[in-house]
Amino acid sequence: MVSETIIETTDLTKNYDRLRAVDRLSFRIDEGEIFGFLGPNGAGKTTTLLMLLGLTQPSGGSARVCGMDPLRKAKEVKRLVGYLPENVGFYGDLNAVESLNYVADLNDMHKDVAKEKISEVLEVVGLAGDARKKVGDYSRGMKQRLGIAEVLLKDPKVMFLDEPTLGLDPDGALRVIELIQSLNQDRKITVLLSSHHLYQVQKISNRVGIMIKGKMVAEDSIEALGREKFGLGEERYTLEEIYMKYFQEV
Amino acid sequence: MTGLLAIYRKELADHFSSYRFIILFALIAMVSFITSYMAGMNLKENLEGVAKPKFVFLMLFSTPGALFSMVQFVSFFGPLIGLVLGFDSINRERAHGTLVKLVSQPIYRDAVINGKFFAGVTTITILLVSIVLVISGFGLTILGVVPGIEEIWRLFVYLVISIFYISFWLGVSILFSISFKGIATSALASVALWIFLSFFVSMGASVLANTVAPVDQKGGTGPEMVIKNTRIKEGVSLFSPMVLYSSATSTIVNPMQKTTSSLILMGPMERISASRFQNPLSLGQSIVVVYPHVVALVAITLICFAISYIIFMIQEIRM
Repeated sequence: MVSETIIETTDLTKNYDRLRAVDRLSFRIDEGEIFGFLGPNGAGKTTTLLMLLGLTQPSGGSARVCGMDPLRKAKEVKRLVGYLPENVGFYGDLNAVESLNYVADLNDMHKDVAKEKISEVLEVVGLAGDARKKVGDYSRGMKQRLGIAEVLLKDPKVMFLDEPTLGLDPDGALRVIELIQSLNQDRKITVLLSSHHLYQVQKISNRVGIMIKGKMVAEDSIEALGREKFGLGEERYTLEEIYMKYFQEV
Repeated sequence: MTGLLAIYRKELADHFSSYRFIILFALIAMVSFITSYMAGMNLKENLEGVAKPKFVFLMLFSTPGALFSMVQFVSFFGPLIGLVLGFDSINRERAHGTLVKLVSQPIYRDAVINGKFFAGVTTITILLVSIVLVISGFGLTILGVVPGIEEIWRLFVYLVISIFYISFWLGVSILFSISFKGIATSALASVALWIFLSFFVSMGASVLANTVAPVDQKGGTGPEMVIKNTRIKEGVSLFSPMVLYSSATSTIVNPMQKTTSSLILMGPMERISASRFQNPLSLGQSIVVVYPHVVALVAITLICFAISYIIFMIQEIRM
């Protein structure tokens, strides 16, 4: 099956005063894959995601998401793309159902449809038992899963997940990672996963991109990158070894 | 449009369920009650056995109770309502990380700021209208006078001007909540601006007027100098929204007041005729007198909102 390109950027650039946060970035993501988006802090990953969502104006170059320019068709792109920001926040005085109701409202969802979808996504992320608890009392892992539920509510074609496992305990992180994998397989949602947990990224992603200082220094499957960096060998390299090799070179 | 409605509903619900609104409402309701009760009692006492003047009902709002009248109370306390409703509207969302989530939903970005502003204006409207209605009902029983059509219209105009006045301060506080990251900073900045514009501008106006056109207190100054002094003082103090508002509303609520100027020079004949024929202005004429004030008030409200709108639209939202 030939998969279609769902995200494509050409020479995408973003300057902040003198600093070049994203430097002529060109990469693509195919439909149905999990793309691991790696890089040190401040490499420009979040800025790239914001430009793909049309929330930030690029200084140069262009991007296409689901065949649309996110700057001109911001509303349409945001309808198809679910974004889970790093350190996502919630209104602490609402409970999970009320939070999801607000998101449904913002997505112009009919009340009956929303009610059904809300109980469905709560089931999917495993929060059905805590649905009436105030979000302010949630643990970090529960908040992350609620964030994913909010993203799922609008039936996205693509999910941008920015550090979804940051600060979670191993069990919580594993649950989130498994959830992402099952969403990708069951619902055919394309996932752009930015993370520092290389082991987890290696476990679920089809291809990875390594971004350092605003540039994409590598973009391929993990095996291909391993071969490229360490030569042909019998043993398989971990993503961590590959990442460190790239990092030391720059 | 749908995004706007969703945000509007959420903000309105937030306002009406927040403690700060309930406290504010209780405070204002209490002070208005006491003020209008005392004003009513004073009126009743003074009007005992005298032929009833016209527009008794409006006097309920313009007669001082203990310290101030209802109109004066709104002019200095009203801004606080606007400030309290708006000072953390944007930066609280930013601090909690909900703003980026909000704008990544399929809505236009201006829906956020429009929804917040209109929800604030609606809250202000409901608050003011309910207080004026409660005082009116209260006044009916104390005074035993039914308001005439003209009085009702005047109260309506008064309400409209008041809503714009308080909305101006709402706009100021939203502007500060967009420009400052810290919630405490924006709260302090808006209170500082309120104090400056409401109290220090009038002080500065008289200092400036006395420097440019000094007036001898003993009466040695010619009338030209006195006029010049007053003109400067009044001109400068118009920079204060509070002065704009109180001149406008006191003329609207008191039909006997025929000018917003504090200095009236009259010849002896004019003085006699003015004191013998005290006729109230019609509502249309009252509005003509304060028309510039009202236009200025509406204009600064819109300008303030427009500035916040522009800043918010070009601002980058990362958090």
